[in-house]
Amino acid sequence: MPDSLLTIADKSFSSRLIVGSGKYATNEVMVQALEASNAEMITVAVRRVNLSDRSRESLLDHIDTSKYFLLPNTAGCYSADDAIRAARLGREAGLSNWVKLEVIGDEKTLFPDNEALLDATRVLVKEGFVVLPYTNDDPIACRKLADAGAAAVMPLGAPIGSGLGIQNSNNIRIIKEASTVPVIVDAGVGTASDAVIAMELGVDGVLMNTGIAGADNPVEMAEAMKFAVKAGRLAYLAGRIQRKMYATASSPLEGVLGS
Amino acid sequence: MTIVLNGDAFETVEQVTVSRLLDTLHIDPRRVAVEHNLVVVKKSAYDLTVISDGDAIEVVNFVPGG
Repeated sequence: MPDSLLTIADKSFSSRLIVGSGKYATNEVMVQALEASNAEMITVAVRRVNLSDRSRESLLDHIDTSKYFLLPNTAGCYSADDAIRAARLGREAGLSNWVKLEVIGDEKTLFPDNEALLDATRVLVKEGFVVLPYTNDDPIACRKLADAGAAAVMPLGAPIGSGLGIQNSNNIRIIKEASTVPVIVDAGVGTASDAVIAMELGVDGVLMNTGIAGADNPVEMAEAMKFAVKAGRLAYLAGRIQRKMYATASSPLEGVLGS
Repeated sequence: MTIVLNGDAFETVEQVTVSRLLDTLHIDPRRVAVEHNLVVVKKSAYDLTVISDGDAIEVVNFVPGG
Protein backbone atom coordinates (compact mmCIF):
# COMPACT_ATOMS: atom_id res chain seq x y z
CA MET A 1 0.00 0.00 0.00
CA PRO A 2 1.64 3.28 -1.02
CA ASP A 3 1.88 5.74 1.83
CA SER A 4 0.07 9.03 1.65
CA LEU A 5 1.65 12.38 2.37
CA LEU A 6 1.72 13.93 5.81
CA THR A 7 -0.72 16.80 5.48
CA ILE A 8 -0.92 19.46 8.18
CA ALA A 9 -3.13 22.48 7.52
CA ASP A 10 -2.43 23.51 3.91
CA LYS A 11 0.94 21.79 3.53
CA SER A 12 1.91 18.26 2.59
CA PHE A 13 5.20 16.56 3.33
CA SER A 14 6.52 13.30 1.92
CA SER A 15 8.67 12.76 5.01
CA ARG A 16 6.97 11.96 8.30
CA LEU A 17 10.10 12.84 10.23
CA ILE A 18 10.45 16.38 11.57
CA VAL A 19 13.82 17.27 13.06
CA GLY A 20 15.23 19.95 15.28
CA SER A 21 18.32 22.01 14.48
CA GLY A 22 19.60 22.26 18.06
CA LYS A 23 22.58 20.81 19.94
CA TYR A 24 24.81 19.89 17.00
CA ALA A 25 28.56 20.16 17.58
CA THR A 26 28.98 22.19 14.39
CA ASN A 27 26.77 23.68 11.71
CA GLU A 28 28.38 21.37 9.18
CA VAL A 29 27.30 18.27 11.09
CA MET A 30 23.82 19.75 11.45
CA VAL A 31 23.53 20.31 7.71
CA GLN A 32 24.69 16.76 6.95
CA ALA A 33 22.30 15.30 9.53
CA LEU A 34 19.35 17.27 8.17
CA GLU A 35 20.21 15.98 4.72
CA ALA A 36 20.55 12.36 5.92
CA SER A 37 17.25 12.53 7.81
CA ASN A 38 15.33 13.36 4.64
CA ALA A 39 13.15 15.64 6.77
CA GLU A 40 11.42 18.55 5.10
CA MET A 41 10.38 20.47 8.20
CA ILE A 42 13.03 21.76 10.61
CA THR A 43 12.42 23.37 13.98
CA VAL A 44 14.29 26.48 15.05
CA ALA A 45 14.20 28.64 18.19
CA VAL A 46 13.62 32.39 18.48
CA ARG A 47 16.21 34.15 20.62
CA ARG A 48 17.62 37.62 21.21
CA VAL A 49 20.33 38.59 18.74
CA ASN A 50 23.74 38.53 20.38
CA LEU A 51 24.61 42.23 20.27
CA SER A 52 28.08 41.89 21.77
CA ASP A 53 29.29 39.40 19.18
CA ARG A 54 28.00 40.23 15.73
CA SER A 55 30.57 37.99 14.07
CA ARG A 56 28.57 34.90 14.84
CA GLU A 57 27.05 33.33 11.78
CA SER A 58 23.31 33.25 11.36
CA LEU A 59 21.58 29.88 11.36
CA LEU A 60 19.99 30.92 8.09
CA ASP A 61 23.43 30.98 6.47
CA HIS A 62 23.40 27.21 6.84
CA ILE A 63 19.82 26.07 6.37
CA ASP A 64 18.58 26.18 2.79
CA THR A 65 15.10 27.61 3.23
CA SER A 66 14.16 26.74 -0.35
CA LYS A 67 14.61 23.11 0.64
CA TYR A 68 13.43 23.03 4.25
CA PHE A 69 10.29 24.46 5.78
CA LEU A 70 11.22 26.22 9.01
CA LEU A 71 9.04 25.69 12.05
CA PRO A 72 9.84 28.27 14.75
CA ASN A 73 9.28 27.07 18.29
CA THR A 74 8.51 28.90 21.51
CA ALA A 75 10.90 26.80 23.57
CA GLY A 76 11.90 28.31 26.89
CA CYS A 77 8.61 30.14 27.37
CA TYR A 78 6.94 29.60 30.74
CA SER A 79 3.79 31.65 30.21
CA ALA A 80 1.15 31.94 27.51
CA ASP A 81 2.08 35.62 27.04
CA ASP A 82 5.76 34.90 26.43
CA ALA A 83 4.92 32.06 24.05
CA ILE A 84 2.55 34.32 22.13
CA ARG A 85 5.24 37.01 21.87
CA ALA A 86 7.79 34.46 20.62
CA ALA A 87 5.30 33.12 18.08
CA ARG A 88 4.57 36.59 16.73
CA LEU A 89 8.29 37.38 16.45
CA GLY A 90 8.96 34.03 14.79
CA ARG A 91 6.30 34.79 12.22
CA GLU A 92 7.89 38.12 11.42
CA ALA A 93 11.40 36.63 11.26
CA GLY A 94 10.39 33.68 9.13
CA LEU A 95 7.44 34.98 7.17
CA SER A 96 5.42 31.87 7.87
CA ASN A 97 2.48 31.63 10.23
CA TRP A 98 3.38 28.19 11.56
CA VAL A 99 4.53 27.71 15.14
CA LYS A 100 5.59 24.79 17.28
CA LEU A 101 3.94 26.03 20.44
CA GLU A 102 5.62 25.19 23.71
CA VAL A 103 4.58 26.55 27.09
CA ILE A 104 6.77 24.86 29.65
CA GLY A 105 5.48 24.22 33.16
CA ASP A 106 8.52 22.91 34.95
CA GLU A 107 12.28 23.26 34.46
CA LYS A 108 13.23 19.78 35.57
CA THR A 109 10.81 17.79 33.44
CA LEU A 110 10.10 20.39 30.73
CA PHE A 111 6.55 19.11 30.84
CA PRO A 112 4.06 21.46 29.24
CA ASP A 113 1.71 23.72 31.19
CA ASN A 114 -1.41 22.50 29.43
CA GLU A 115 -3.68 25.22 30.76
CA ALA A 116 -1.41 28.00 29.47
CA LEU A 117 -0.81 26.01 26.28
CA LEU A 118 -4.53 25.91 25.59
CA ASP A 119 -4.86 29.66 26.27
CA ALA A 120 -1.96 30.46 23.93
CA THR A 121 -3.35 28.11 21.26
CA ARG A 122 -6.70 29.92 21.29
CA VAL A 123 -5.07 33.35 20.94
CA LEU A 124 -2.70 32.31 18.15
CA VAL A 125 -5.35 30.42 16.18
CA LYS A 126 -7.48 33.56 16.28
CA GLU A 127 -4.50 35.50 14.89
CA GLY A 128 -4.24 33.12 11.95
CA PHE A 129 -1.37 30.95 13.12
CA VAL A 130 -1.03 27.29 12.21
CA VAL A 131 -0.44 26.03 15.73
CA LEU A 132 1.35 22.73 16.47
CA PRO A 133 1.34 22.41 20.25
CA TYR A 134 3.80 20.25 22.16
CA THR A 135 1.66 18.60 24.81
CA ASN A 136 1.40 15.79 27.33
CA ASP A 137 0.46 12.30 26.23
CA ASP A 138 -3.02 13.07 27.54
CA PRO A 139 -5.94 12.29 25.22
CA ILE A 140 -8.16 14.94 26.84
CA ALA A 141 -5.55 17.68 26.54
CA CYS A 142 -5.05 16.72 22.89
CA ARG A 143 -8.80 16.82 22.25
CA LYS A 144 -9.07 20.28 23.80
CA LEU A 145 -6.16 21.57 21.72
CA ALA A 146 -7.70 20.23 18.52
CA ASP A 147 -11.05 21.76 19.48
CA ALA A 148 -9.24 25.07 20.04
CA GLY A 149 -8.04 24.95 16.45
CA ALA A 150 -4.58 23.36 16.67
CA ALA A 151 -3.52 22.11 13.22
CA ALA A 152 -1.90 19.03 14.77
CA VAL A 153 -1.24 17.78 18.27
CA MET A 154 2.24 16.80 19.38
CA PRO A 155 2.17 14.61 22.47
CA LEU A 156 5.50 13.79 24.06
CA GLY A 157 6.75 10.22 23.97
CA ALA A 158 8.92 10.92 27.03
CA PRO A 159 10.53 14.04 28.54
CA ILE A 160 12.44 16.25 26.09
CA GLY A 161 15.97 15.02 25.55
CA SER A 162 15.46 11.96 27.78
CA GLY A 163 15.80 9.31 25.09
CA LEU A 164 13.46 7.07 27.08
CA GLY A 165 11.25 6.12 24.14
CA ILE A 166 7.47 5.95 24.15
CA GLN A 167 6.48 5.74 27.81
CA ASN A 168 2.73 5.38 27.40
CA SER A 169 2.06 3.75 24.10
CA ASN A 170 -1.55 3.07 25.03
CA ASN A 171 -2.23 6.79 25.51
CA ILE A 172 -0.56 7.61 22.21
CA ARG A 173 -2.78 5.03 20.50
CA ILE A 174 -5.90 6.45 22.15
CA ILE A 175 -4.87 10.00 21.18
CA LYS A 176 -4.44 8.93 17.57
CA GLU A 177 -7.70 6.99 17.48
CA ALA A 178 -9.69 9.98 18.75
CA SER A 179 -7.83 12.79 17.03
CA THR A 180 -9.42 14.88 14.32
CA VAL A 181 -6.00 16.39 13.43
CA PRO A 182 -2.60 14.80 12.70
CA VAL A 183 -0.72 13.41 15.70
CA ILE A 184 3.04 13.93 15.86
CA VAL A 185 5.02 12.29 18.66
CA ASP A 186 7.34 15.03 19.83
CA ALA A 187 10.22 14.32 22.21
CA GLY A 188 11.63 11.32 23.99
CA VAL A 189 12.93 9.29 21.05
CA GLY A 190 16.35 7.84 21.91
CA THR A 191 17.10 5.47 19.09
CA ALA A 192 15.62 4.09 15.90
CA SER A 193 13.43 1.45 17.54
CA ASP A 194 11.65 4.19 19.54
CA ALA A 195 10.71 5.93 16.31
CA VAL A 196 9.53 2.63 14.81
CA ILE A 197 7.33 1.99 17.84
CA ALA A 198 5.83 5.48 17.63
CA MET A 199 4.98 5.05 13.98
CA GLU A 200 3.62 1.52 14.50
CA LEU A 201 1.10 3.03 16.91
CA GLY A 202 -0.35 4.78 13.89
CA VAL A 203 0.73 8.35 14.54
CA ASP A 204 1.24 10.63 11.57
CA GLY A 205 4.82 11.61 12.26
CA VAL A 206 7.66 11.96 14.74
CA LEU A 207 9.58 15.05 15.77
CA MET A 208 13.01 14.66 17.33
CA ASN A 209 16.19 16.59 18.02
CA THR A 210 18.43 15.20 20.77
CA GLY A 211 18.03 11.59 19.60
CA ILE A 212 19.91 12.57 16.45
CA ALA A 213 22.07 15.49 17.55
CA GLY A 214 23.24 13.74 20.71
CA ALA A 215 24.23 10.46 19.03
CA ASP A 216 27.92 9.65 18.70
CA ASN A 217 27.45 9.92 14.96
CA PRO A 218 24.51 12.25 14.33
CA VAL A 219 24.60 11.87 10.55
CA GLU A 220 24.32 8.08 10.71
CA MET A 221 21.62 8.31 13.39
CA ALA A 222 19.70 10.74 11.19
CA GLU A 223 19.74 8.16 8.42
CA ALA A 224 18.67 5.44 10.87
CA MET A 225 15.74 7.64 11.93
CA LYS A 226 14.74 8.17 8.32
CA PHE A 227 14.47 4.40 7.84
CA ALA A 228 12.87 3.88 11.26
CA VAL A 229 10.03 6.30 10.60
CA LYS A 230 9.50 4.75 7.19
CA ALA A 231 9.66 1.19 8.56
CA GLY A 232 7.25 1.92 11.39
CA ARG A 233 4.82 3.58 9.02
CA LEU A 234 4.92 0.70 6.55
CA ALA A 235 4.45 -1.86 9.33
CA TYR A 236 1.47 0.10 10.64
CA LEU A 237 -0.11 0.24 7.19
CA ALA A 238 0.69 -3.42 6.52
CA GLY A 239 -1.11 -4.54 9.69
CA ARG A 240 0.81 -6.67 12.15
CA ILE A 241 -0.09 -10.24 13.12
CA GLN A 242 -1.96 -10.94 16.33
CA ARG A 243 0.13 -11.75 19.36
CA LYS A 244 -0.31 -15.35 20.53
CA MET A 245 0.93 -17.17 23.56
CA TYR A 246 2.11 -20.32 21.77
CA ALA A 247 3.94 -21.24 18.58
CA THR A 248 2.39 -21.68 15.17
CA ALA A 249 4.60 -23.60 12.75
CA SER A 250 5.74 -21.74 9.66
CA SER A 251 6.55 -24.90 7.68
CA PRO A 252 4.03 -27.53 6.46
CA LEU A 253 3.17 -30.22 8.98
CA GLU A 254 2.73 -32.85 6.22
CA GLY A 255 5.63 -34.86 4.77
CA VAL A 256 7.96 -34.42 7.69
CA LEU A 257 10.78 -37.02 7.49
CA GLY A 258 10.24 -39.99 9.74
CA SER A 259 6.49 -39.40 10.16
CA MET B 1 18.53 58.97 25.07
CA THR B 2 18.45 55.56 26.69
CA ILE B 3 16.37 52.68 25.49
CA VAL B 4 16.13 49.10 26.75
CA LEU B 5 17.58 46.92 24.02
CA ASN B 6 17.29 43.16 24.48
CA GLY B 7 16.90 43.71 28.20
CA ASP B 8 19.86 46.07 28.70
CA ALA B 9 20.17 49.86 28.78
CA PHE B 10 21.44 51.19 25.45
CA GLU B 11 22.43 54.73 24.50
CA THR B 12 21.26 55.96 21.13
CA VAL B 13 20.42 59.17 19.30
CA GLU B 14 17.06 60.92 19.64
CA GLN B 15 14.34 60.08 17.10
CA VAL B 16 16.10 56.93 15.94
CA THR B 17 14.07 54.67 13.68
CA VAL B 18 14.14 50.88 13.80
CA SER B 19 15.96 50.90 10.44
CA ARG B 20 18.65 53.27 11.72
CA LEU B 21 19.08 51.33 14.95
CA LEU B 22 19.60 48.03 13.10
CA ASP B 23 22.02 49.77 10.76
CA THR B 24 24.00 51.13 13.71
CA LEU B 25 24.15 47.61 15.15
CA HIS B 26 25.22 46.12 11.78
CA ILE B 27 22.21 43.83 11.78
CA ASP B 28 20.74 42.62 8.49
CA PRO B 29 17.03 43.51 8.81
CA ARG B 30 16.04 40.53 6.67
CA ARG B 31 17.36 38.11 9.27
CA VAL B 32 15.65 39.42 12.38
CA ALA B 33 12.33 40.36 13.92
CA VAL B 34 11.85 43.43 16.07
CA GLU B 35 9.48 44.10 18.92
CA HIS B 36 8.80 47.68 20.04
CA ASN B 37 7.18 48.01 23.46
CA LEU B 38 5.83 44.46 23.19
CA VAL B 39 4.39 44.98 19.68
CA VAL B 40 5.99 43.29 16.66
CA VAL B 41 7.17 45.80 14.07
CA LYS B 42 6.50 44.75 10.48
CA LYS B 43 9.58 44.90 8.27
CA SER B 44 7.76 47.37 6.03
CA ALA B 45 7.43 49.73 9.01
CA TYR B 46 11.10 49.79 10.09
CA ASP B 47 11.71 53.13 8.35
CA LEU B 48 8.64 54.71 9.91
CA THR B 49 8.89 53.43 13.46
CA VAL B 50 10.50 56.05 15.69
CA ILE B 51 11.87 54.90 19.04
CA SER B 52 11.50 57.16 22.08
CA ASP B 53 13.44 57.52 25.31
CA GLY B 54 12.76 54.58 27.62
CA ASP B 55 11.23 52.37 24.94
CA ALA B 56 11.84 48.63 25.03
CA ILE B 57 13.21 47.05 21.88
CA GLU B 58 13.78 43.36 21.29
CA VAL B 59 15.76 42.16 18.30
CA VAL B 60 15.53 38.39 17.78
CA ASN B 61 16.63 35.88 15.21
CA PHE B 62 16.48 32.16 14.61
CA VAL B 63 18.95 29.97 16.43
CA PRO B 64 19.30 26.19 16.48
CA GLY B 65 16.55 24.56 18.51
CA GLY B 66 14.31 21.55 18.79
